[in-house]
Amino acid sequence: MLKIDSLSKTFHVNTANEVRALQNVSLILENGSFTAIIGTNGSGKSTLLNAVAGTFEPDTGSIHLESHDITYWPEYKRASLIGRVFQNPFAGTVADMTIAENIVIAMKRGQHRHLRLAVTRAFRDDVADRIRTLKMGLEDRLDNPIGTLSGGQRQALTLLMAAWTRPKILLLDEHTAALDPKSAAKVAELTKIIIEREKLTALMVTHSMQQAVDLPDRIIMMHRGKIVEDYQHEQKQRVRVPDLMSTFDRVQKRELFDESVAGMLEEQYI
Amino acid sequence: MSIVIGAFTMGLILSLLSLGMLISFRMIKFTDITVDGSITLGASISAVFIVQEYSPWLAALLSFAAGSLAGMITGLLHTRFKIQEILSGILVMTALYSINLRIMGRSNIPLLDVKTVSTGTEGMLEKITGGASRINILGWQVPTGDLAVFITCSLIAILIAIILSCFLLTHYGTALRAAGQNPQMVRAQGVNNNTMVVFSLALANGLVALSGSLLAQYQGFADVQMGIGMMVWGLASIIIGEALVGRSSIGLTITGVILGTILFRLLIAIALRWGLNPNDLKLVTAFFVFAALVAPDWFRVMSKKLTRGLHYAKN
Repeated sequence: MLKIDSLSKTFHVNTANEVRALQNVSLILENGSFTAIIGTNGSGKSTLLNAVAGTFEPDTGSIHLESHDITYWPEYKRASLIGRVFQNPFAGTVADMTIAENIVIAMKRGQHRHLRLAVTRAFRDDVADRIRTLKMGLEDRLDNPIGTLSGGQRQALTLLMAAWTRPKILLLDEHTAALDPKSAAKVAELTKIIIEREKLTALMVTHSMQQAVDLPDRIIMMHRGKIVEDYQHEQKQRVRVPDLMSTFDRVQKRELFDESVAGMLEEQYI
Repeated sequence: MSIVIGAFTMGLILSLLSLGMLISFRMIKFTDITVDGSITLGASISAVFIVQEYSPWLAALLSFAAGSLAGMITGLLHTRFKIQEILSGILVMTALYSINLRIMGRSNIPLLDVKTVSTGTEGMLEKITGGASRINILGWQVPTGDLAVFITCSLIAILIAIILSCFLLTHYGTALRAAGQNPQMVRAQGVNNNTMVVFSLALANGLVALSGSLLAQYQGFADVQMGIGMMVWGLASIIIGEALVGRSSIGLTITGVILGTILFRLLIAIALRWGLNPNDLKLVTAFFVFAALVAPDWFRVMSKKLTRGLHYAKN
């Protein structure tokens, strides 16, 4: 279970560029749930994901994952509990190293990296079996540098690597946004399959409303560093892309007014 | 022939420098200028211990340890105190200049008629040949002493190359190679990137100092100035090695670097033989490295222009 409690973060404090990226955000993700975060640019959705991943320290608030208080754990230490897939398909793998070598690095996530031969025969067989499930024919190319693969193939492998050690939470940061439509669909399908097969808890940032409706079982909408909508259970079952779009419009219209005025108007007329 | 053997021996000794720099410059991608100081550090420590009649092997080992310490400090300056890569190296290199003077007590220690790492091999060779001062190899008369140094240095270089390749193929070594290429990825996979940088620099400078130790024993002296420009020599050797063998696997990369260093020393020996002023050596090397860095891009642009020209010529 992931428990985020009144988390706040302001970037570039006391400068003209001050951004209140997260404002008192609280969120609980149950084990085995798959949640999507949607929102406009600068709404804080990626910041929330990165707060969990540990790329920065929050100003206030706390993050608990299972029984651990990970609020001030450095990024590499949290990685023992977390699997990540990035937006950039080249960010999750090392181009010059082979498929097998990349996977062996992921396989040791959260474990001691001892001085024994990394890519052994037994390991290669295991890898080939698991890669076969991707149905991309990569099982015969274990010794090819990963840089020779397409963005979609690399992203599929990154996904496999992120799920390899069955992390407590899987973080997906717009992981299909930089792919061509066909690869994006394939990776989205794999995402659903892998999360269901490994029974993972997942948090996904996405720009695609359709993806948010199709894949997860909960949708959170963020705006200006706050969670403004939370579709769960039956509500999530009913929600469709046009509903999300109209909610977006409503949220953005509010933005035309000052926050206090908007609050007052809402109280009086709605 | 003794020039060729000399160039080979020098190449083998300096291949340890190149291998160290392969780890820092190529694998962890850290522009580490500590090298110029740590090679002298290795030489001066070894000179002091050997003059006091300690075992030359012990001296070499201590040199490795001291070099590692220097590399570690450079790494910590960068990771812990957020000082730029190059400046961290410059600070340690500058500090080492004074430290080396302190260690030696003067600017130069001659090592004549002392025990070196090749003394044992020489004794063995003399036993085999029955005390001959020259050995006939393929028609050339080679001094036993030179041959002994050559054999010893070959064995050391081969041993270290094998240990290094094995290490780089372990779980830890694989993570180290990944850290230089994609720090974001290795952090997400639970690797402390800063630890990797510090460890790599320690290992790299340990090898560089070991190279300095052997260099002092071979040359017969340690000098506080001997490190100047060593970084560029190492870089030139790595570039030649990559051009020779490529870097498609760990074993090939390491073999390439050793062969590259030997070839580089042979080229230098030939150039000096042809009358190159030794004072110009560093200028020529610097120009060579510049050319090697720029040439690939330049060729690409020229071939593009050529195809464009052919395109217009056709129409």
